[in-house]
Amino acid sequence: MAEPVIELEHVSAGYPGVEILGDVSFSVNEGEIFVLLGGSGCGKSTIMRHMIGLNPVLGGTLRVLGMEMNRKNRPKILRRIGVMYQSGALFGNMTCLQNVMLPLEEFTKLGRKARVRKAQDLLGQVGLADAAGKMPAEISGGMKKRVAIARALALDPEIIFLDEPSAGLDPITSSALDDLILKIRAARGTTFVVVTHELPSIFKIADRCAMFDKARHGMIALDSPTALRDTTDDEFVKRFFSRESRDDPSHGE
Amino acid sequence: MRETCALLGETVVRGLVMLVKPRQFRFGDCALAFERAGFDGLPITTLVGLLLGLILAFESAASLKTFGVEVYVADLIAIGLFRELGPLITAIILAGRSGSAFAAEIGTMKVDEELDALTTMGLPPVRFLMLPRMVAAAAVMPVLTVFAEMAGLIGGCLVLQIMDVPASVFWKHVISSSSVFMIVFGLAKGALFGLLIGFIGCASGMRTKNTADGVGVAATNAVVGGIVAIAVTDGLLAVACYILGV
Repeated sequence: MAEPVIELEHVSAGYPGVEILGDVSFSVNEGEIFVLLGGSGCGKSTIMRHMIGLNPVLGGTLRVLGMEMNRKNRPKILRRIGVMYQSGALFGNMTCLQNVMLPLEEFTKLGRKARVRKAQDLLGQVGLADAAGKMPAEISGGMKKRVAIARALALDPEIIFLDEPSAGLDPITSSALDDLILKIRAARGTTFVVVTHELPSIFKIADRCAMFDKARHGMIALDSPTALRDTTDDEFVKRFFSRESRDDPSHGE
Repeated sequence: MRETCALLGETVVRGLVMLVKPRQFRFGDCALAFERAGFDGLPITTLVGLLLGLILAFESAASLKTFGVEVYVADLIAIGLFRELGPLITAIILAGRSGSAFAAEIGTMKVDEELDALTTMGLPPVRFLMLPRMVAAAAVMPVLTVFAEMAGLIGGCLVLQIMDVPASVFWKHVISSSSVFMIVFGLAKGALFGLLIGFIGCASGMRTKNTADGVGVAATNAVVGGIVAIAVTDGLLAVACYILGV
């Protein structure tokens, strides 16, 4: 059985003085694609910010890769994870290739030629070999996200966090991005934690979902997306997934 | 305030680490910031310096002429520019041009989650963004100050020539009234002002709020904060010099 790579025990999530989610407990297993799901403002991105060490948890225990996420362990954990932000967060004064090369420059002893080769290879893996010399301002939103995934892959991370990968993308581009996530998982066995509320994408990629509800101030469901859709008694979950029944081709088969 | 103090502490510590491990310093980013703050700011700094020299000379010559000692305008301009006005006016221009640019640049990066991306890549924004800009600002200030001072002296010289004081007399008075210490002290003061402008500009950018006017507010704070910090520091240095008798 796969080992848990992320464990949350009775975590209170939020910012100093503002608790958004209380008593959240779940774990993410190695090689899993785990989706943090819920409506806007429910705290799913906040939970992810705790997992990637940007904000400390307000209470409870959060362990990533077997280490408690705290000031001391954070640098060690950060070396072993990759993050793709909603906007891509590429550095505007660098080309796509330089963006991907940056972590290699800072954290590996590879020579310049080897770094360029590896960065080009990573861009090739996300289907953007031709965009190496382009500036982020010259490429589309979907391409920016793919470059950001290539950058996140640069140091061969064990976990990749994706914040709203489908946001602002057309359905075809969004689906291509989902295919890329599945391809990377198949090739490298990487664990993915994805924040999204795009149901077609969830049904395509997610092994399990944790669902959050703002009104109830916490996690309300934890299961595979089909189990959540088909077996839940919770009104909120039913309502959330009823929209999906129009989107998911497998529904009703 | 607490956040700014924490940032200042981190900047000092990382700056000291950089002295021990200079390879960690982003020389390319520093050179780019130097070019933008220096070469691009040279025409405006020189122009303001020239006008300052002209104005100082005209205003003081009118009074001194009454006593027939208008030649001492050269002394006044030299001492005024080298000790105070050269670094001060250059610093105000740098705060307006580059301090605001640093804040806007870093603020936009914060809004676009680029600072978060740096942090989660294990690259501290202080090392990656702040220190190269601060060093560039500190390095560019003495250079710009020299240009502003030279332009100011030329402006003063032009005015005195109109008042029939020969250029050779003007430059003789400039040299006799100045000292190496005075010039070096002025330039060192300029470097300190540059460091302050760099820190305040970058810190304003780092504190940018994710709102519609966030970046604008950060740029305004950088300029206002920078000018206030320069004025306060200059005042403290003036008092210190008076007490020490230098």
